[in-house]
Amino acid sequence: MFHSLLNKLSRKVIFTGLLTTTLLASPLLIAKGVYQSGPDFVAEVFAPAQPEAGVLWFNDDIRQQAEKILGHRVLGLRVRYHQSGAKTAWILNEIGKEMPITIGVVVDRGKISTVKILAYRESRGGEVRYPAYMAQYQGATLTDRYKLDKSIDGITGATLSVWAVNKVAALALYYHSQVMSKPEAKE
Amino acid sequence: MKKQLLATVIGLSFAATTQAATPSIEEMWEIIQKQQAEISTLKNQLEQNDSRITETEIIAEATVSAVEEISLAPAASNKTHIGGYGELHYNKLEKDDGSGDKDTVDFHRFVLFTSHQFSDSIRFFSELEVEHSIAGDGQVGEVELEQAYVEWDLANNKSAKAGLFLMPVGILNETHEPDTFYGTERNAVEKNIIPATWWEAGAALSGELSPGLSYDVAAHSGLFLDSGEYKPRDGRQKVGKAKADDMAFTGRLKYTAIPGLELAASLQLQTDMRQGEGEKIGGTLFETHLAWQKNDFQLRALYAAWDFDDAINSIKAGADKQTGFYIEPSYKITDKFGVFARISEYDNTAGGVTDSAIEQYDLGVNYWLHPNVVFKIDYQNQDNSAGTGSDGINIGVGFSY
Repeated sequence: MFHSLLNKLSRKVIFTGLLTTTLLASPLLIAKGVYQSGPDFVAEVFAPAQPEAGVLWFNDDIRQQAEKILGHRVLGLRVRYHQSGAKTAWILNEIGKEMPITIGVVVDRGKISTVKILAYRESRGGEVRYPAYMAQYQGATLTDRYKLDKSIDGITGATLSVWAVNKVAALALYYHSQVMSKPEAKE
Repeated sequence: MKKQLLATVIGLSFAATTQAATPSIEEMWEIIQKQQAEISTLKNQLEQNDSRITETEIIAEATVSAVEEISLAPAASNKTHIGGYGELHYNKLEKDDGSGDKDTVDFHRFVLFTSHQFSDSIRFFSELEVEHSIAGDGQVGEVELEQAYVEWDLANNKSAKAGLFLMPVGILNETHEPDTFYGTERNAVEKNIIPATWWEAGAALSGELSPGLSYDVAAHSGLFLDSGEYKPRDGRQKVGKAKADDMAFTGRLKYTAIPGLELAASLQLQTDMRQGEGEKIGGTLFETHLAWQKNDFQLRALYAAWDFDDAINSIKAGADKQTGFYIEPSYKITDKFGVFARISEYDNTAGGVTDSAIEQYDLGVNYWLHPNVVFKIDYQNQDNSAGTGSDGINIGVGFSY
């Protein structure tokens, strides 16, 4: 019955309608998945304090360790961060499957206090930005093997995106430890 | 720094002058004038040095930025991506009735992904596959285009696509890289009932209704059952000069608000799987699944059921209902080593009076040499009421990148 009704309505009209609707909506194209700008993130996580901007230069040790954590080459000569007391904030990019995910990480006294997805450009796995997923990282520290000490429950079909966030969270913890071990680091 | 230098200069000058005989006021005035001139010269030099240091800092910053820009540019500006996966299988299976054994080695799938980002909001994705290693006239394998679509974002969390794409049904159909699932071979239920891997040509809309609740709707080409065929797997036209007289529609709702949990249900309507040839056979597919990961434990469970028009029974009795389910618990003992068990059952003539269900038990391990490289070994035992089941082992190696 249902089948014959659909036949009468003409499937092609439905198909054409669906295609036309999407094409008409095309002028409204909006860049996918930019949820917060870097400066806004930094201002939000340190408020009301005014953080100082810092630069961590890559020496051989830092670069090698960062590459071990990420599992690939680290490009660039330095990484920028913001700091107020023993709290540092990092905005890092890491590719999930194909596209870079922009991730904000705040580390306070060696523990993760915030992980937030600032931009997500992959087609699948956007769930990773939900507060429930990000909350899993709170309190995580770095093990002796430079991995997170907490197990993170993933997303079926988007394992690579979760791995990318795990790696960036571990990397921010490592960078934080390097900043804090500088002689002029403020505790 | 400046003050220290000036003080030193003044101090030295003063010490030098006091060693001589006490000068007259005129001489003192002359000395002071000379010292003042020296101070002015030194001040000028310091200012010039300061300005040079600032200039050097600016140049250094510009150089570092330029170096970073060059070194980071390839990653950021690369709009075309290549990826892929592959899996080699060894199967050693013995038939329960002794009618024949399977003892084969097969490079089952070799796949290349190519994608291109036209702009921030428009992209293309494709998957080209060589199945069973060799294709051509009289060969066992095939070359297949499994995905080739353009996707564009209509708004945040809302996108459309058009082209050839995978059906939003089941767990494996859209995500089937070998390192993402247990078992050397894909499970028999999704293969024989859904039927994975399954792609069609058409248009689709995807989006979020609320955080954690997403939808997909698609209008696309349908299955075609040639004379004598009754299984959905036989009906895949693979978008090769496919009959497009009668279309099909698919919808899916997916709930992923809780970390580690995916609950989904899909409904598909086939308007006529005979594509206008002979008596019409319409059908609906209902599929629902759960994929739940908690720490090292994972559970996958899936149920799929086809309901076809009675006309299909004239091709094969009982084919109006075709159903299947599986339950697959697994446990990761370490980051690299996981064990699984799977109980599955499917029936392509479930509408009949006789027991035609095929049951299968699988037990095995995955060892991930790298997160994207996996070795697999499993034991499988398939039984049916006719006693023509089989059992044996499968060994595989797979990768994705």
